[in-house]
Amino acid sequence: MTWSNGDGDAIQLGHGGGGRLSQQLIRELLLPALGTSDGVLHDAALLPAQPGRLAFTTDSYVVRPLIFPGGDIGRLAVLGSINDLAMAGAIPVALSLGLILEEGLPIATLNTVVASIQRAAVECGVAVVTGDTKVVERGKGDGLFINTSAVGRVDHNLCIHPPAVMAGDAVLVSGDLGRHGVAILAARDHLGFRTTLRSDLASLLPPVQALLAAGLELHCLRDLTRGGLASAIDEIATSAGWAIELQEPAIPVGAEVSGACQLLGLDPLAMANEGRMVVVLPQSQAEEALTLLRQVESSAAQIGTVLTAASPNNPWPVQLRSELGVLRPLDLGQGEQLPRIC
Amino acid sequence: MSSSSPEQLLAEIRHHCTQSWTLMEVCGGQTHALLRHGIDQLLPAEIHLIHGPGCPVCVTASERIDQALELAARPEVILCSFGDMLRVPGRQGRNLLAVRAEGGDVRVVYSPLDVLAVAQQHPDRLVVFLAVGFETTAPATALLARRALLAGVPNLTLLVCHVRVPPVLHAMLNAPQCQVQGLLAAGNVCAVMGQAEYNALAAEHRRPIVVTGFSAMELLQGILQAVDQLERGAHRVENGYRRAAAEQGNHAAQALIQQVFHPIDCQWRGLGWIPGGGLALREPFASLAVERRVAPPVSAPASPEQAQGCISGLVLQGLARPSACPHFRRPCTPEQPLGAPMVSSEGACAAYYRYQR
Amino acid sequence: MCLAVPGELVSINEHHDPLWRTGDVSFGGVLRQVSLACVPEAQLGDQLLVHVGMALAVLEP
Ligand code: SF4
Repeated sequence: MTWSNGDGDAIQLGHGGGGRLSQQLIRELLLPALGTSDGVLHDAALLPAQPGRLAFTTDSYVVRPLIFPGGDIGRLAVLGSINDLAMAGAIPVALSLGLILEEGLPIATLNTVVASIQRAAVECGVAVVTGDTKVVERGKGDGLFINTSAVGRVDHNLCIHPPAVMAGDAVLVSGDLGRHGVAILAARDHLGFRTTLRSDLASLLPPVQALLAAGLELHCLRDLTRGGLASAIDEIATSAGWAIELQEPAIPVGAEVSGACQLLGLDPLAMANEGRMVVVLPQSQAEEALTLLRQVESSAAQIGTVLTAASPNNPWPVQLRSELGVLRPLDLGQGEQLPRIC
Repeated sequence: MSSSSPEQLLAEIRHHCTQSWTLMEVCGGQTHALLRHGIDQLLPAEIHLIHGPGCPVCVTASERIDQALELAARPEVILCSFGDMLRVPGRQGRNLLAVRAEGGDVRVVYSPLDVLAVAQQHPDRLVVFLAVGFETTAPATALLARRALLAGVPNLTLLVCHVRVPPVLHAMLNAPQCQVQGLLAAGNVCAVMGQAEYNALAAEHRRPIVVTGFSAMELLQGILQAVDQLERGAHRVENGYRRAAAEQGNHAAQALIQQVFHPIDCQWRGLGWIPGGGLALREPFASLAVERRVAPPVSAPASPEQAQGCISGLVLQGLARPSACPHFRRPCTPEQPLGAPMVSSEGACAAYYRYQR
Repeated sequence: MCLAVPGELVSINEHHDPLWRTGDVSFGGVLRQVSLACVPEAQLGDQLLVHVGMALAVLEP
């Protein structure tokens, strides 16, 4: 469904003012696109009671450009929160949507993003049950910011979190690294390189559900986002209190990501991902898990092992073993990755 | 000498090496690659690697960084540079990232050649390219300068901080306390400049020099050739990076540098004045110098590295290891660098910090 | 220092003045326009050593 605005084709401050324009935006663009079933507008959504444990998560999304190869901010905002639920092994029940629009945002862009939110929600089997829209003055936002929160149901009895990690566990990654980061960098255009690479943005529900359905004893799951593999592994090791050793040659990086990273002097381990996760589970179950993960993404691989806690033999929380067999500490980078000449 | 694996090269190095030797890799990229691969830990204990001054980002004079900071803060200016330069602090500890956060228009470019389009798209703004780099990077700046004059882009200016490698090696090898017995020369600088300048250095200072690449194999190959020469008492220039570095270098690139620049004495951060150590624009390209368009900013007080007892001068000459500096790690880190070698990701102090040596 | 990366020359934009001759170089499938001003001898399929958007050498096979 598309919606056009009688007063122009861009968002105005009035669309957030609570008056007639706001009503029009909600009733004519958002509600129909998001398919609110009963059409009842109320301050709070009522959810059916769920048996057992609930999972609850929230995240805010900013990305430039809003629409990029392989996705857009809408799909990102839905899958981001759904993937956070998936990391607890939860199945989504309901989603909230907060939109902060910048004055001047083309209605056409909003239409595209909202349609994409709807498609992603359907794909994940969840509905947007409550939402909010605000408009900020031109120059006060990057076109469109989105916040989503998600509630999920937990059907298993595992505690999938860092304290469950044990020495000897296998560390897997669900696919090759860095596609999202490189696709975004190329789409921003200012560095002048071109690629057919698309973001890896994807729902992690199916692979996680497959692992759970196989009865695997998942110790920890962590989706890779802005800080890439490096920060995810560091967080797991640090909060679990064990050391992790990664085998550098085993870490899957595609030719294009590797080419772009070499060209710009960036580290593929620190590049952003939006559809990849780390799986930690007993080594004895690693092969079975990899077989399942490879049905979704053939590049899934075991990249390392959990060691005993940091000791003189394992001096760093996360260490990489190079091709030459020498250990070095994992580098977390300095936040924003900047292209280098040196 | 053609071994097929790193293990074989290491075995050959062990076999050749009968006594203690001190080698310096000139280039910061090589320092990082050596530590990253762990080659420093695999070599026989007799071979000491010390790390050279080869990071143009680190050695850019802090006065120039201050100029860039001052220019970038002006509303009419768009300042373009390489990503590495954005974290480099000036004398007051501020960097271009901070200026950008405060509203300065600071842009990261991959190539100097991209700056021409920025200037053409913003004819009402003064576009300044902060041009850093060794002889490897200077041809790209030179090409930008030639294109800018040809295309007549009046709002494009250059803040030139290019530096030359051989003069600083000469100064270092001349120092009485210098411990370097053999040099691994920076392969990509030689791909542009060729070996002539290095032949002169090897002959005058009686040290072997091996033009060396950047992969684990190439680095080991360079070390092997240097050790082999030292054991034989030879001091020639050998090329261990034939794949890319021709003996004569790249004529077209050398011609570009000569058309656009001439050597000048210049300040290297942490090392001081190096005769012939820098490049400046020659006529008619000097009209592109930003100094010709805007008044020079007032200069700030003396650089903090001296004031705070940073030993970067010793580190850059290979006379001290970063870990020997009392400030290393505490308080000096890549986030809060006190001196040049911690400033850039390729500096020796940053490498020791990152790889926890 | 001087991050220089090998890539394959996949197309050439000829120009009568070598100063403006450029080409697309592929780095594992990622394309970047690169100046060929310093490698007049470069041909399609050559491996070039590229630094900050300039090809500096045709690599020996
Ligand atoms: S560790 Fe810091 S203070 Fe010490 S020499 Fe290096 S840059 Fe200077």
